[in-house]
Amino acid sequence: MASTTLATQSAGARAAPSDDKRWRQVDVRMRRLGYRPDGLIEVLHTTQELFGYLDDEALLYVGESLGVPPSKVYGVATFYSYFSLKPQGQHTCVVCTGTACYINGASGLLAALERDLGVKAGQTTSDGRVSVLKARCLGACSMAPAVVVDGEVRGKVGAPELVSLLEEI
Amino acid sequence: MTAEGPAAPGTAPDTGAAARRRRPAGPVLPEGPVRASANVCQAAGCLSLGSDRVFEALCEQVTARGLTDVVVRRVGCLGLCAAGPLVSVPEQGRVFDYVAAEGPDGPARVLAAISGGPAAPGSPQGGRVVSEDPFFSRQVKVVLERCGAIDPESLEDYTASGGYEALTRAVTEMSPEEVIAEVVVSGLRGRGGAGYPTGLKWRTVAKSSGSDGRFVVCNADEGDPGAFMDRSVLESCPHQVLEGMAIAGYAVRAERGYVYVRAEYPLAVKRLTNAIRQAEREGFLGREIAGTQFNFTIEARIGAGAFVCGEETALIASIEGGRGAPRPRPPYPAMSGLWGAPTLINNVETMANIPAVVSRGGAWLAGIGTERSKGTKVFALAGAVQNTGLIEVPMGLTLRQIVFDIGGGLAGGRRFKAVQTGGPSGGCIPEDMLDMPVDYESLASAGSIMGSGGMIVMDDKTCMVDVAKFFMDFCREESCGKCLPCRAGTEEMFRLLERISRGEATRLHLAQLESLAGMVRATSLCGLGQGAPNPVFSTLRYFRDEYMAHIDDRVCPAGVCPIAVPAVAGPSKAGGDK
Repeated sequence: MASTTLATQSAGARAAPSDDKRWRQVDVRMRRLGYRPDGLIEVLHTTQELFGYLDDEALLYVGESLGVPPSKVYGVATFYSYFSLKPQGQHTCVVCTGTACYINGASGLLAALERDLGVKAGQTTSDGRVSVLKARCLGACSMAPAVVVDGEVRGKVGAPELVSLLEEI
Repeated sequence: MTAEGPAAPGTAPDTGAAARRRRPAGPVLPEGPVRASANVCQAAGCLSLGSDRVFEALCEQVTARGLTDVVVRRVGCLGLCAAGPLVSVPEQGRVFDYVAAEGPDGPARVLAAISGGPAAPGSPQGGRVVSEDPFFSRQVKVVLERCGAIDPESLEDYTASGGYEALTRAVTEMSPEEVIAEVVVSGLRGRGGAGYPTGLKWRTVAKSSGSDGRFVVCNADEGDPGAFMDRSVLESCPHQVLEGMAIAGYAVRAERGYVYVRAEYPLAVKRLTNAIRQAEREGFLGREIAGTQFNFTIEARIGAGAFVCGEETALIASIEGGRGAPRPRPPYPAMSGLWGAPTLINNVETMANIPAVVSRGGAWLAGIGTERSKGTKVFALAGAVQNTGLIEVPMGLTLRQIVFDIGGGLAGGRRFKAVQTGGPSGGCIPEDMLDMPVDYESLASAGSIMGSGGMIVMDDKTCMVDVAKFFMDFCREESCGKCLPCRAGTEEMFRLLERISRGEATRLHLAQLESLAGMVRATSLCGLGQGAPNPVFSTLRYFRDEYMAHIDDRVCPAGVCPIAVPAVAGPSKAGGDK
């Protein structure tokens, strides 16, 4: 974010950073929200869904379009744990560490992933294949411990089962 | 807070492919009278166990067998999540558990019971008899009345079960003051945890000067780990929440509403936004509702993974598009909330109570529960209990009845140690207090709180120092960093708890922990910091001997904590090696 101008221009449509078609979807979202600055979080959600993460270019573009200064955009993007400023692996495994999962062995799952795949929560395997993340609570407490592998919730998982699933994925 | 985000981009825990797929053409819709219906649970728990395939298999079987008087429906949460996938046959008062998509436990089992009439009592093939099984029979359903009985994605199902009648009645037959009076009479208190009287809050918002408009906000940022009531309600009956909000909007003269819902609940978000569109199309939301002058729109706002946003002033900051940092109160949102306008903020469960309060009257709800805690409470029962799932009980039931009758006791024959309520701001209640009635005052006097409804049962394998450390770890990571007591205090308390759990602490450290806990409770800006010491206080109050075993004897009685041999004293890695 270093080389940016702090001058906040008025909100509204502007030229996208590249001719990547995904920017058009971001534009549509901003237009629907009337380029209102309070739509920032919604637009960041859309941008991350499309690009997988939020880079400086995306943060600047969204901020300028909504008339929100880069400092504030960066503040919001780093405040919320759902937003990621770096790219993720091909596959993701979210381990729930809510109370029910915790007392039913979630830390054992994380320990197994660290031992067998060499990644801690928040890291991606060196081959860029699997990112391991922690969730506060997925609300799947009745099936503790729960994980989400590539968007699919799996309940009552054991450590060996999870490791082999991620190795074969 | 970005390093360990709850979910990676694009990996929102979408619960099953069925959520995305177009629904298959419905099964045979009976032309004549319905003999029986098979209601297949499509809430997140059962979906992850394959209930979408069970639904499709049942449809195929019903068609193949030409059962023109049997209807197969997708419904919301049936409650007994531990034994999913679940199928209920309301005409026979039975719920079938562990239903498979094929084989002897598949649709054939359900259809045989439908065709063959009541099975021999006690036969697992015949499913659970709702009137005899304590899990079901001890519950009283107000909020969850339609959960598991109607299709959550169908507005027709909702209206056919009396939905939106309360809204229509409120706007056409009652004045806003009369609506508020009904809510006051009901004695309803905020279900988000604090228990503030709902009617009083509504009255304050209605009386505040709202020249620039007023807002209604529904707090669905269910951040307490171990709680999934709001998720289940939104996944199972989103229209009931929207109806409650619209009635609230009418009562406090607001024209705009927001539902702030967690991004971790993609299925709830999907069903909620679908319901908003349906209600707009049918005129239950939008302009001139029920042909009156009343206008009300609702927008869904998706959270982004910050626990503190469940605090109302932080939630407001987040809806405004900023960082979710709380601010001091007063002024309360009821006087100055969203963009400075009077704002009514109620939790999902509170809103879901409102239609019944209007249609059956406040006195009816007040007839349920105890002297000071009226109505029912929804709990997410989880942890070391047999019947994990979603339950709704009248206020005043005892913890023992909830854990042992409804919950079926502990799983795996383990011994009960404690039940945790109120999440990271709550406390652990020991065995000798199990006969305490569940109401706001009793739980508070026991050093816990009602909280939003997470109820985690812990057995003798659980270490209470470790539990306190778990919650402190949660709070220190979720602290927004605005005020010093919470930002630094939770961090210090976590270090002290870590030291105790490693067997490296002295009694002096324990004294430090206690004094710090008192300071953080007294001086933090918002509920997150004020409540953060609660798990420490309550475990110290009831399980001090466990702390002393760690400190004096260097032993973890439950065998959970990584107590190092004193000579080695190598600090073990935090959090990862229990």
